[in-house]
Amino acid sequence: MQFALLIYESPEAFATRSSDGTDPYTGAWQAYYKALVDAGIYVGGDPLQVPETGTTVRLKEGKRRVQDGPFADTKEQLGGFTILELPSLDVALDWAARCPAASAGAVEVRPLAPATKLRITG
Amino acid sequence: MSESGQESTHRTIERVARESYGRLVAYLASHTRDVASAEDALSNALVAALVTWPRDGVPQNPEAWLLTAARHSLIDLVRHQQVAAASEPTLLLLREEPKEVTLSGFPDERLKLLFVCAHPAIDPAMHTPLMLQTVLGLDAARVAHAFLVSPKTMGQRLVRAKTKIRDGGIQFEVPQEHELPQRLDAVLEAIYAAFGIGWDDMAGVDQRGRDLAEEAIWLARVLLELMPGEAEVRGLLALMLHCEARRSARRGPDGRYVPLSEQDSQQWSLPLIEEAEGHLAEAASRGRTGRFQLEAAIQSVHAERAHSGRTEWAAIMLFYEQLIRISPTLGTRTGHAAAVGEANGPEEGLAVLDGIDVDAVSGYQPYWAVRAHLLQRLGKTPEAGDAFDRAIGLAEDPAVRKFLLQRRG
Repeated sequence: MQFALLIYESPEAFATRSSDGTDPYTGAWQAYYKALVDAGIYVGGDPLQVPETGTTVRLKEGKRRVQDGPFADTKEQLGGFTILELPSLDVALDWAARCPAASAGAVEVRPLAPATKLRITG
Repeated sequence: MSESGQESTHRTIERVARESYGRLVAYLASHTRDVASAEDALSNALVAALVTWPRDGVPQNPEAWLLTAARHSLIDLVRHQQVAAASEPTLLLLREEPKEVTLSGFPDERLKLLFVCAHPAIDPAMHTPLMLQTVLGLDAARVAHAFLVSPKTMGQRLVRAKTKIRDGGIQFEVPQEHELPQRLDAVLEAIYAAFGIGWDDMAGVDQRGRDLAEEAIWLARVLLELMPGEAEVRGLLALMLHCEARRSARRGPDGRYVPLSEQDSQQWSLPLIEEAEGHLAEAASRGRTGRFQLEAAIQSVHAERAHSGRTEWAAIMLFYEQLIRISPTLGTRTGHAAAVGEANGPEEGLAVLDGIDVDAVSGYQPYWAVRAHLLQRLGKTPEAGDAFDRAIGLAEDPAVRKFLLQRRG
């Protein structure tokens, strides 16, 4: 089954986005990505631009409400996601613990919902 | 009662709970095989103690007090849980004041409980969690953290395992002579697994690792008290004490990871090393070698550096060769390769690593760390870099990750 690792990052982790790529956090991510690919479990994923680039849209009583910034105002922000093909939640939690963001922020593990997708896509 | 008096009463309750928990659960459950109810009854008794003792003072025999309170609670629990007819035998059993309970104590059934927790009918993955909970009284949430499982899931798994103990006909007994070695192995494995989790979590960031390693040593001491003649029990205790002796040396003052070969041996705990050596010598005198004694012997050679200033890698290599014969695990084979690499040079070490099945090691971090180290010593920089990446990507501890990133260069 497929699991999404939702990567929540601290401001310090987001700050490494503009580094030259030799910082330890980026280095750890490069190695982690390699380990995922080598283990044959990597399905896909992407980092997101920093939270300040987010814009949140709501329609309230027919009126558009647009807000600068991300949906939730928390210290750690969604920074990206990785989708993995794994046999069980136990294994998924092991991989989440190895994710560099687990010690610098948090990683939420969620199973994908293929049945719900089917209801939508038909 | 004064505030400090109350505080000291609370501390007494905590201490009695810690020291007596397993004894009380084991004794209560040995009659009914119902571990979950025994735990519920004991926690009711502890709550009652928290109310009564600060008011009336700590009873002369706190353990007997808790046992009596827990027995009463257990009778109530059984009455509520089951239809009257079915519960009659259990109730009779409980109401009868057993002869063995006296002021001086009651039989220690913890050994039986340990064997029940590591029974072949119980999922091996649950052996350690069950022990930590039923013998040491750790709550499901703490066990869950240690095993990287959600607290809810761990709670459900523990409940299922206890139901199996109650309904599956698992007897509270010490195994017969002919099946004892195998059954004892399962108990030792489960204790060592707890220690291993504590050991891997070197950062001890949330204390979970440190605590678990201490709990494992405590369990081994309990087991040794109950089975003083078993060489492997001493072997396991010696192994864990040797590792524990180095705990503070594994980190630099800045939290940096320090590998064993670079640790300052002056920081190792000599009392712990001496105690480990004592157990190892006592075990060896019984002339029955085993996996844990061999692993302890390897650690003993490492500990020798505190006196001699050098590491006898050839001796370590030989112990690993013996160990592989009885326990050819991935960890043993990787350790063997590392020892061969130090004793006979990196090329030979690599040859040993190459003999291990590639599929088996894809997720095994120590293999890649050793491989990276050996390749680097051979000056094979690009290959070493690849192996470092694998080791870094599989590492969970941020300090280990940082250390490897620096080594990779």
